[in-house]
Amino acid sequence: MSVVFQKTKGLTDNKTHYCPGCSHGIVHRLVAEVLEEMNLLEDTIVVVPVGCAVLALNYFDVDAIQAAHGRAPATATGIKRVHPDKTVFTYQGDGDLAAIGTAEIVHAAARGEKITTIFINNGIYGMTGGQMAPTTLPYMKATTAPLGRDVNIQGYPIKVSEMISTLDGAKYVERVSVNTPANVIKAKKAIRKAFEVQQKGLGFSLIEVVSSCPTNWGLTPVKAMEFVSEKMIPYYPLGVYKDETAEEAK
Amino acid sequence: MARGKITISEYYCKGCELCVSVCPKKILKLDESKINANGYNPAMIIDEYSCIACASCARMCPEAAITVERID
Amino acid sequence: MAKVLMKGNEAVGKAAIEAGCRYFFGYPITPQSELPEYMARELPKVGGVFVQSESEISAINMVYGAASAGARVMTSSSSPGIALKQEGIGYITKANRPAVIVNMMRGGPGLGTIQPSQADYHMCVKGGSNGDYHNIVLAPSSIQEAVDMVIEAFDLADIYLTPVIILADGLIGQMMEPVEFTNKKQREIPKKDWALVGKGKGERHITKNLDLNPLDLERENIELFEKYKKIEENETQYEDYLMEDAEYAFVAYGTSARIVKSAVRKLREEGYKIGLIRPKTLWPFPKEAFKRNNIKKYIDIEMSMGQMVDDVKLACEDVHKVVFYGRSGGVILSSEEIVDFGKSIMGGAL
Repeated sequence: MSVVFQKTKGLTDNKTHYCPGCSHGIVHRLVAEVLEEMNLLEDTIVVVPVGCAVLALNYFDVDAIQAAHGRAPATATGIKRVHPDKTVFTYQGDGDLAAIGTAEIVHAAARGEKITTIFINNGIYGMTGGQMAPTTLPYMKATTAPLGRDVNIQGYPIKVSEMISTLDGAKYVERVSVNTPANVIKAKKAIRKAFEVQQKGLGFSLIEVVSSCPTNWGLTPVKAMEFVSEKMIPYYPLGVYKDETAEEAK
Repeated sequence: MARGKITISEYYCKGCELCVSVCPKKILKLDESKINANGYNPAMIIDEYSCIACASCARMCPEAAITVERID
Repeated sequence: MAKVLMKGNEAVGKAAIEAGCRYFFGYPITPQSELPEYMARELPKVGGVFVQSESEISAINMVYGAASAGARVMTSSSSPGIALKQEGIGYITKANRPAVIVNMMRGGPGLGTIQPSQADYHMCVKGGSNGDYHNIVLAPSSIQEAVDMVIEAFDLADIYLTPVIILADGLIGQMMEPVEFTNKKQREIPKKDWALVGKGKGERHITKNLDLNPLDLERENIELFEKYKKIEENETQYEDYLMEDAEYAFVAYGTSARIVKSAVRKLREEGYKIGLIRPKTLWPFPKEAFKRNNIKKYIDIEMSMGQMVDDVKLACEDVHKVVFYGRSGGVILSSEEIVDFGKSIMGGAL
């Protein structure tokens, strides 16, 4: 018998606190697998956000720091500037990155900080209980948009990958999802590429993962993944938004 | 076609059913006769001879609770 | 080393580099912009890194990262910018990480003015971030003292694993004085075995900021305050100026204290028995300096509407013994008005 798939050494043995079916767990695993496969576990520092993933430092088996809400890219900048030879990544949700931390992510990308950001877009504030996020879809309900997001009142969602890809310091930006096994495989490839960009010192890399939040969406985990496929991905199209890796290599 | 063997860790399983939903052979389900320490019906395999070791279940598992082996 | 004539902001920058600071994250604001400018020029020459951040909030969170990574790191700003940094200062405090933060105070509240002020005493000494905490606050009253205090601040930060604030004002930042950078023997610094460097073959390094269990957080807060007790016992500093036979005492820090000193000399010439108590550490506050039975009045002088005066009242345990005079909004005190106010309190007490 040969092992086809087993739990990566990049994750600790801790049980996660995430709700059943939460895609954080899938993305954690993919990042950990990539770090293990690239032999980076001994030399990586993760900057975790405020939000559900604030406890991610219990799960990634690497050095870790809890940042202030939205400030993970700034904190990661401080670490990376001190240890340019280490791998530094932020793991942030949409409230953290696209609302309170918009300035920090935009400027870390603009400076071309040699860090990687894993951005979880599930269109909702999870930890605080389902409030409207900057990424909440039009007409999607949230506890602070009880009738659904009305763009005339609450404005439009922010498309982070599109926005970040306009910045010259951002060298690799891809939006992926983990809604199907095939997309999980693609997501892992994208995450690997982002860390390779950092390894090569090319600049900033960001992987946006269109994710689910079954609990706050009020859906079963399986139905939540269907919502990702049918509603989220059409609004947030998957694909590579920026790839300057080839250009830099020339 | 390859034959596989999967092991589901009841310790980690939260019964989310994502594995059940993506299994191409439809050989997974939640074990309603059991409640694990997390308080959930853990996933179980109902027809181990039909597993093709595709690892779709393991890839979708948010808890990294599934190990997949290929029977050579 | 010979004395060199330097602007306060630049002298502070040079002192930081002398102290081994190699990372500076900052944002421009009057009246401290010469400090980031100096660091931008000088840090690369010694292999250091200067980053101009997009905001003061970002700067202090870069400091949090660099400090947690084991570096000697500094940021600076002036009052409204320090207000923005309060969040990060709280996080660094909670994580028990070392950092030096310079505040060249200007008048407030709000955008206020760019003129010198001492109105951030409450924000910096009482703690402008959330939660139970203190930071060490050093208040230089000359550029030489600013230099010495900056060098000491890095040691204090590393020894006690805490932010240390240099609380000066626009006057100290902007004026020029001759200073020397005596390579004072620095203190023994504990090994930074907690620094984020990658786990290597060993245990993970974790810089934590969240405790979901209230009992855990309470225990950590109790440990924090045990640390503060040690700091109070070992690091409290103040200066007595002409206090031996004094019956009245001015109380002032920083720029105000410089001006008060000349007022004391004038009053002494006229025969008044008055001196000056000058707190050099604002936290820990030198409470023992105010336990003197022979003092009839403590005359607190500040460039604010009266902030440190609260601590003077608490320290001398007799509110009736404490009077206050101050100028606010960026107005610089004159020694004449201090002399006049002193006389109005002392009356014919010659």
